[in-house]
Amino acid sequence: MFGVYKHYGRKKALRDINLDIYEGEFVFVSGPSGAGKSTLLKLLYLGEVVSQGQILVDGVNLSRIFSKRIPFLRRKFGIVFQDYKLISSKTVFDNVALVLEAMGHKRRFIQKKVNSVLRSVGLEDRYNSYPLSLSGGEQQKIAVARAIIGDPKIILADEPTGSLDAKSANIIFELLKRFHRRGGTVIVATHDMELIRRNKGRIFYLDKGFI
Amino acid sequence: MITLFLRRAIKDLIQNRFLNIVTVTTIALSVLIVSAFILFFVNINDMIDSWKKGIRIMAYLKSDSSLIKPGDIEKKIRLMDGVTNTRFIPKLDALIKLQKQMKRQSSLFTTLKENPLPDAFEIRMTRQAVNNKKIEHLAKQIEALPSVDEVEYGQSWIGRYINIIHLFKLTGYALSCLFFIAAIFIVANTIRLVLYSRQEEVEIMRLVGAEDRFIKAPLYIEGLILGALGGIIGMLALYMTFFYISSNMKQHLASGFFDIRFFPHEISCGLILCCMFVGWFGCFLSLRQFWATNKRN
Repeated sequence: MFGVYKHYGRKKALRDINLDIYEGEFVFVSGPSGAGKSTLLKLLYLGEVVSQGQILVDGVNLSRIFSKRIPFLRRKFGIVFQDYKLISSKTVFDNVALVLEAMGHKRRFIQKKVNSVLRSVGLEDRYNSYPLSLSGGEQQKIAVARAIIGDPKIILADEPTGSLDAKSANIIFELLKRFHRRGGTVIVATHDMELIRRNKGRIFYLDKGFI
Repeated sequence: MITLFLRRAIKDLIQNRFLNIVTVTTIALSVLIVSAFILFFVNINDMIDSWKKGIRIMAYLKSDSSLIKPGDIEKKIRLMDGVTNTRFIPKLDALIKLQKQMKRQSSLFTTLKENPLPDAFEIRMTRQAVNNKKIEHLAKQIEALPSVDEVEYGQSWIGRYINIIHLFKLTGYALSCLFFIAAIFIVANTIRLVLYSRQEEVEIMRLVGAEDRFIKAPLYIEGLILGALGGIIGMLALYMTFFYISSNMKQHLASGFFDIRFFPHEISCGLILCCMFVGWFGCFLSLRQFWATNKRN
């Protein structure tokens, strides 16, 4: 990120952000509520566009990307949200399979891969359930499964453990660390200092939009 | 990919079944009304055709026209535009026919000193010529012939009848257009409701890297399926109503003056295709609006 600013009208969410994140890093973006952590993550997957400055992701300049290429940029990311963002009308299997379907994979491959990923997060017996019938921890596991199934280069996790109890939070964090150990880049936005202390990783501290 | 889109479309249709039942019912009702009008006009046209076949001009010759050969007059009439057939009816034949028709009043004819009927020509016209203006024009041309005394063709009722049919046709076209447009807007609104109810789902799909066509294609397929279902149900309802009414009418219209019939398969297929277009176009309209308001950043 080079000299990145983000304004919402008169309100300045991010100011003069300059940072480099390298492949395979585990990064925490920390700071109080309203510091701009979520905005910073949204800028990376083009959930928002920068007001000023440049962002390069895997060699792609986000200011110059054609709108038709945005889906392909987003496939480089696996995104985990605090509110899980699961489709309540679809089963666990369908929620996770959605990523591979969107990528145009064949049904047989999707079936195999979804089963294997659900097994890796310990939800192999829940593939036919609907998200709302599961606990918060289980729903976040599905969100992580959905994030990793497309073999992304980067995982963006926005307060992934914010609404979970300590045990579930640990399980989710273990899944993120497993992804990191396999060479993936993980960027976690959190205000939970205890969680940061217990885990290794570079920390960026945001306050009132400044790093 | 198409199988995947089709599977997703069917799944979505089942998931949002209440809204979709409303859409299908609306399309079916619109089709029922529009196709009922078409069916009515198909049969009215048949009726007009059979009546047109019966329409003829009678040209009565002057009593002193015996000096002129009927063949000459016939040649002149046959050369006129719109005439297909002419038949000379000598006054004696006309009298014999009249006597046959009025058997009970046969005493009337015994008192006649001479035949009061004139020689006449019965003139048949082409289908195109059977309209008020052309008949009138043709009648004037025939009347202008020196040996023709009088021309008769049921002037007043033909004009009124044709005007009423035109009025019916215009009303039918206007109503059909209205129902067609209404169906498009209802489908568009229903799909818009479906889209808004699935706004979050669309957002999630975009976040996981789904291209626009991946999101839109199943919705277009849904539009086509809704249109086809509405069309088929509407046509079936019309067919059953037609079958019920026609079987009742046949008992009363035993004269065989004309047969009422259901329209040909081509029109049925055309109407179902129109409904599929309505479904697709409704989907297109709502997607365009939805995409404009939920533009990707």
